[in-house]
Amino acid sequence: MRAAEDRLLLGCLRLAGAAAGSIVLLIVAYLLAEALPALQALGPLRWIRDASWHPAGGAGAGRFNLSPMLIGTAAAATGAVLLATPLSIASALFCRFYAPRRLGGGYRRLVQLLAGLPSVVFGFWGLVVLTPLIGRWQPPGQSLLAGILILTLMILPTISLLAESALAAVPRAYGQAAAAMGLTRWATIRQVMLPAAITGLSSAILLGAARAIGETMAVLMVTGNVVRTPASLLDPVRTLTANIALELGYALELHRSALFVSGLLLMGMVALLVGISEALRPEERHG
Amino acid sequence: MPGFRRPSHPVQARTSRPLRPQRKFRPGPWALALVGLLLAGCQSAGGAGGGGAASQRLTVTGSSTVAPLAAEIAKRFETSQPDARVDVQSGGSSKGLADVRRGSADLGMVSRALGPEEDDLQATTIALDGIALIVHSDNPLPALSEDQIRGIFTGAITDWRQVGGPPAPITVINKADGRSTLELFLDHFQLSSADIQADVVIGDNQQGIRSVVGNPAAISYVSIGSALQEAGRGGAIRLLPLGGIAPTLANVANGSFPLSRPLILVRPARGLTPLGQEFLAFAASATNDDLIRRESFVAPPR
Repeated sequence: MRAAEDRLLLGCLRLAGAAAGSIVLLIVAYLLAEALPALQALGPLRWIRDASWHPAGGAGAGRFNLSPMLIGTAAAATGAVLLATPLSIASALFCRFYAPRRLGGGYRRLVQLLAGLPSVVFGFWGLVVLTPLIGRWQPPGQSLLAGILILTLMILPTISLLAESALAAVPRAYGQAAAAMGLTRWATIRQVMLPAAITGLSSAILLGAARAIGETMAVLMVTGNVVRTPASLLDPVRTLTANIALELGYALELHRSALFVSGLLLMGMVALLVGISEALRPEERHG
Repeated sequence: MPGFRRPSHPVQARTSRPLRPQRKFRPGPWALALVGLLLAGCQSAGGAGGGGAASQRLTVTGSSTVAPLAAEIAKRFETSQPDARVDVQSGGSSKGLADVRRGSADLGMVSRALGPEEDDLQATTIALDGIALIVHSDNPLPALSEDQIRGIFTGAITDWRQVGGPPAPITVINKADGRSTLELFLDHFQLSSADIQADVVIGDNQQGIRSVVGNPAAISYVSIGSALQEAGRGGAIRLLPLGGIAPTLANVANGSFPLSRPLILVRPARGLTPLGQEFLAFAASATNDDLIRRESFVAPPR
């Protein structure tokens, strides 16, 4: 027997769930519809085989190679994840197990503040402070390295806060049992807490990676945006997101449609990440 | 042990009977209805918007450089003429010319002066667009010749030493494809976008200015209005003269600065509706000078 409020709540929840789901579907449908003219006009291979990215010339004279940007996006996101992961897990461990109570609380607030900073602030700081600094060493300074550093700063709080809540979800009894066996604090963390929280930790990292892939403004301001496959950390790169932001306002017809193809590609990358995180998740069903 | 202090894991419910019998989720009519609704919403928003039968319409099409300014002017025009609707659509200068000739638009937006073979149309200049080459204020070079600029941007000249400056590798800052400043620059120096060997590609003028401020070995080109504003505020950039002509607003306004062009509205010689004439007069009037400045263009001499 179910009360009327229960049915009402269920209805509302279904509606909200359907709305959230259909928004994603609508976005994908819209992307597909907008990208279709370019996909039809150019076929599947020109996106990786063309000599360069000069999309303004139409199907004949235009060049539509997206692969340097795909590589740029992957390189920037991977670099940022590699740098941010150890730092943020260390930060979560500090906050949870090592910091005195007061300090830990204050530190957590700071990390939360960092997580809430708008990306354009990071980007502006990067453009005005970070890139000239790198540029003094290796001009021009706007480079893959600058992008990685800025992205690291941006995803560090995300991963750190999520990792901390994953550690907090480890049952207290585990820690007590480890203490009862006389394990040191570090041994407890390494052999009990981290393995027990590994699911949450990996989804924290994947969420950070998704944020790094999707970040636009900050990256656009510091990476130099030259469409070329980077040969070193100090080469400029253009990411797929920056490509859309730079050109969409001025793109017409086929060029515009080609930008939606890069959007589609981006969606594919994020979907792949979500898929990986689902596959890594052990059997843990919620009723 | 003091490290593990917060029992914040969720308390396990002993009687963990699911709220309702386990059943595969069916989207059900809810979801379908919602998706249908959303789709319907999209369609009606995408349509032409209907509009009252009594309202007067004016269609303006053409250059994507002029369109943002024209749209702002149109918005202001509509507030002074509540029953008038001005549709501004961008699609390139050539589309503007074709639409006006065909009669499918009342006015065309064109980002260059009309040629002699286009004397079937009449032009009204609403603003001037000029671009200036900028370098860091520490750069001692007084000027660059057009050939030197061409060499720098195509990668033939890669060090300031080659043009008489102190040795330092040149950082070439270029605009992203499709920007009108890029088009004007390419057009003036007779280059194509694929010729340019850039070290950094930027979007808007401010990003270009910031990049030059932060890099003493950089060269870029930006809209002359925003470059002069920054230099006037004491920013670390310097505008280079071009062909001996100083980069000033006055020289853009009187047409002597080489890297400039008029932004015009064209109308057919056969005439224009009264609303069209009113809008044209409004667009060319000094009331829009603030909008022109905001779009980094230069007001024409009036």
